[in-house]
Amino acid sequence: MAKIKLKPKARKGVISIKALIKHPMETGFRKKKGKLVPANHIDHMVILHNGNKIIDADIGSSVSKDPYFKFKVAGAKGDTIELKYKDNKGKTGSKTAKSK
Amino acid sequence: MERRLFLKSAMAGSAVATAVGAGLLTPSTVFAASAKFKGLSNTAVSNATSAGKGSFKFKAPKIAENGAKVPMEVNASKMSDVTNISFLVQENSTPLAASFNLSGAVGFVSTRIKMGKTSEVDALVTAGGSTTKVTKEVKVTIGGCGG
Repeated sequence: MAKIKLKPKARKGVISIKALIKHPMETGFRKKKGKLVPANHIDHMVILHNGNKIIDADIGSSVSKDPYFKFKVAGAKGDTIELKYKDNKGKTGSKTAKSK
Repeated sequence: MERRLFLKSAMAGSAVATAVGAGLLTPSTVFAASAKFKGLSNTAVSNATSAGKGSFKFKAPKIAENGAKVPMEVNASKMSDVTNISFLVQENSTPLAASFNLSGAVGFVSTRIKMGKTSEVDALVTAGGSTTKVTKEVKVTIGGCGG
């Protein structure tokens, strides 16, 4: 199961959301011992702020391994930030954090 | 030795064949980009060619020592009504790296992308229905002293 780090931090009415998802992000082009490693990458990610969708991202295989994202949204301390993702194999992951 | 190799490869071959037969290796898991994403990429590319010069900040390194993790940052927080931020790496087989649809968030995205080789990178920002771009060349030097 993939691990997600989600750290929202409120400063002056803006929450900066840092997210780090542990994921191999295989492109499907890399070879290991002569065989292609099958593609395994996140293709869809959603970030919710207090239940409202603020970011809906289509992510390609050319995003780095263990992808890191940073977003900003207007909000205050104590707001709930939720991250959900789905990879091309249909696996999902989610994490909820309260803004500091 | 040769016979060993032949046997090995024959076995590997049949294993793959059975896997395909059993439906374990569906094309979508073998091919990197899904058809939907390819379509998105194509529209992004055509948008990029017609886009005017943007007035947002796009941070990318001039020289990336490691093409596996190239930090990119778009800061369009001064623009209002930002609906989409995309990153395009022109030399990659699927140029679109990621496309972020924003609704209510500040026009700011920072991420890391993979780059196979030196390429021009486009950052596309759609605000209020019109798309603008900023292009930067990123040199990828794998192996230290590349040109």
